[in-house]
Amino acid sequence: MKRYTIFVITENFIGILNRITIIFTRRGINIDALTASESRIPGIHRITIEVTVNEDTVIQLVNQIEKIIDVIKAFYHEDEGVVYQEIALYKIPVSRLDGGLEKIIRQHNAKIIAAEPDFVVLELTGHKEQTQELLEILKGYGLLEFARSGRVAVAKRMLTIDSYVK
Amino acid sequence: MKDMMIRGADIVVRSLIAEQAEIIFGYPGGAIMPVYDALYDYHDQVRHVLTRHEQGAIHAAQGYARVSGKVGVCIATSGPGATNLITGLADAQIDSTPLVCITGQVAAHLLGTDAFQETDVVGISMPGTKWNIQVRRVEDIAPAIAKGFYIARSGRPGPVLIDITKNAQTDFGEFNYVPCLGFRSYKTHIPVETTQVKQAAELINKAERPYLLFGQGVILGKAEAELKFFLDKSGIPAASTLLGSGALTQDHPNYVGKLGMHGNYAPNLLTNQCDVLIAVGMRFDDRVTGDLKRYAKQAKVIHLELDAAEINKNVKATVAVQGDCRESLAMLTEAIEAKKHDDWMARFRELEQQEKAAVVQHDLTPTKAGLTMGEVIHQINQYKADDAILVTDVGQHQMIAWRYFNYKKPRTQVTSGGLGTMGFALPAALGAQLHDYSRQVICVVGDGGIQMTIQELGTIMQTKAPVKIVLLNNNYLGMVRQWQQMFFDKRYSFTELDNPDFIKIAEAYNIKSQKVTERVDLQEAIEDMLIHDGPFFLEVVVEKEDNVFPMIATGCSVEEVRLS
Repeated sequence: MKRYTIFVITENFIGILNRITIIFTRRGINIDALTASESRIPGIHRITIEVTVNEDTVIQLVNQIEKIIDVIKAFYHEDEGVVYQEIALYKIPVSRLDGGLEKIIRQHNAKIIAAEPDFVVLELTGHKEQTQELLEILKGYGLLEFARSGRVAVAKRMLTIDSYVK
Repeated sequence: MKDMMIRGADIVVRSLIAEQAEIIFGYPGGAIMPVYDALYDYHDQVRHVLTRHEQGAIHAAQGYARVSGKVGVCIATSGPGATNLITGLADAQIDSTPLVCITGQVAAHLLGTDAFQETDVVGISMPGTKWNIQVRRVEDIAPAIAKGFYIARSGRPGPVLIDITKNAQTDFGEFNYVPCLGFRSYKTHIPVETTQVKQAAELINKAERPYLLFGQGVILGKAEAELKFFLDKSGIPAASTLLGSGALTQDHPNYVGKLGMHGNYAPNLLTNQCDVLIAVGMRFDDRVTGDLKRYAKQAKVIHLELDAAEINKNVKATVAVQGDCRESLAMLTEAIEAKKHDDWMARFRELEQQEKAAVVQHDLTPTKAGLTMGEVIHQINQYKADDAILVTDVGQHQMIAWRYFNYKKPRTQVTSGGLGTMGFALPAALGAQLHDYSRQVICVVGDGGIQMTIQELGTIMQTKAPVKIVLLNNNYLGMVRQWQQMFFDKRYSFTELDNPDFIKIAEAYNIKSQKVTERVDLQEAIEDMLIHDGPFFLEVVVEKEDNVFPMIATGCSVEEVRLS
């Protein structure tokens, strides 16, 4: 079992995400994280799926995803083949702010992106291991809420989606 | 401008006519009523057949599609009408049958409100369709139907569902039908790579015991002639999957029989002795391979397949030749040396004799009093036309009919292979017959399966479709009973049936019928049935507890195929 990133380049039609997730569901495979957004070409969406399976399975998943009529192309990469980031937000009560926290924010390169009378919101982008590390520390500061995105990623190989969109 | 505007419902029907739909199987209801109103005006251009249940409509469309090679069309209303199509969609999806199904839907402003007969059929049918779409605006109807037909019939065929809201059917729009010729996310033609063909040819030329398996892909790709030329030149023994039957005439000298759980002895056993295995248009279903860990491990595998998702799915290919097998087979025939494999072929023939002695004699020329399913099929073979179509349901009769029916032409086999849908045969036979009244359509069905869709006798009565129905009645759900006998200590849990008087049912539908209980009456009854001008219902009471052999039990290897 290994962590893979699957990229799906697809037409922006209603239901397409459902058709993709069904392929995982019927094999009983859990999607670790998923993000979807418009690509730089209007009308074409890009879906990034993170999944932990063996290579035979990821190949079959990709083939079956690509078989979906409105999917233009699907591929998979190991972690080494992609540059990726995740974003995490942490909500901390103002009452717990002290010099220790300031040091933690600096050490982790986190940012305060909102300050309200009762709480502040910290932001950290990075790999899951990094956002997780900060999460563990902030649990000691009365963490009120935590949210983390799926990965957004770009492939290292020099191929662009234009070659598939004709 | 206003004059050129027509109702959405008329656009639906005129689009179907533009796609050369000759026959529509369907059932009306509230949300599809505008389309039915339009059908009234176009009845001279397209025929509508009212079945007795929506499942009957879709299976009939499947039967029509399988024998004609065209797209089968069916129509149902929203809610229960639409959900009754689901079994047929799943069946058509797994057996690659081209269908366009149109369902009515509540008006767009009611979507998502649990309105009367509203169901999310697009959501429900998603895993069982090649493509589906909901149309909410009149201007989107014709493009959706055009795209639907294109998708259904191109590439690896499959079912499409188009859900049309009632407001789209009643609104007015312009009709200007533009057939779909392709779009960017869907590639239907994959050019065959010559390097792959070359590698495959090298393996075949060096092979001492090459063996070819063919499936329905040969029929769907219209590659029957190419398969025959390949076999003529290569001298390679060839076996058929369930749905591949008919792609090669069984009289062909290279034909060695059928694959799978209840296929023939030699074709299964020798899979594990060949050195090169050539799979053409088949997907290594578990009913063909048995235990994958012990399937053809000694062999180099060449897989000729259109669908990339099937390559390396179950069996790893040494050489995968992706593309249309009509092209790849022709290229491969060009690239191989002409050969004979007499010694290797003789092994198949030897084992065939063993199967004859151990199984076939019992099935076809029984000495006991009780009639066997096999001898019924054997008698049908004596009197049937060469191009007779065999439609079967699911279970023992299906396997026996498949084993003994003498297939001579492509598209003469209609059965539910991948899904194993009981109740498929009767409506599918109706659909096959309505494609061509002059063809012999023989529907072999069991006493369990026929009762799942028996109401379609009403459609046969109304259309006067001259279907020959052969009911093999053993008063059991026979295949399940066989498994209970073999693997569950004869604990016959809920498999025995108290059946109605089927002959009275046939009579009630005004269908000529006969019941045979004795061997002496069988031959004449079959002859009478096949020459009868009109539908015929023949019930044959067969041995209650007969079993189908050979058999590869679940979890066993192909080489563990049993003769008893």
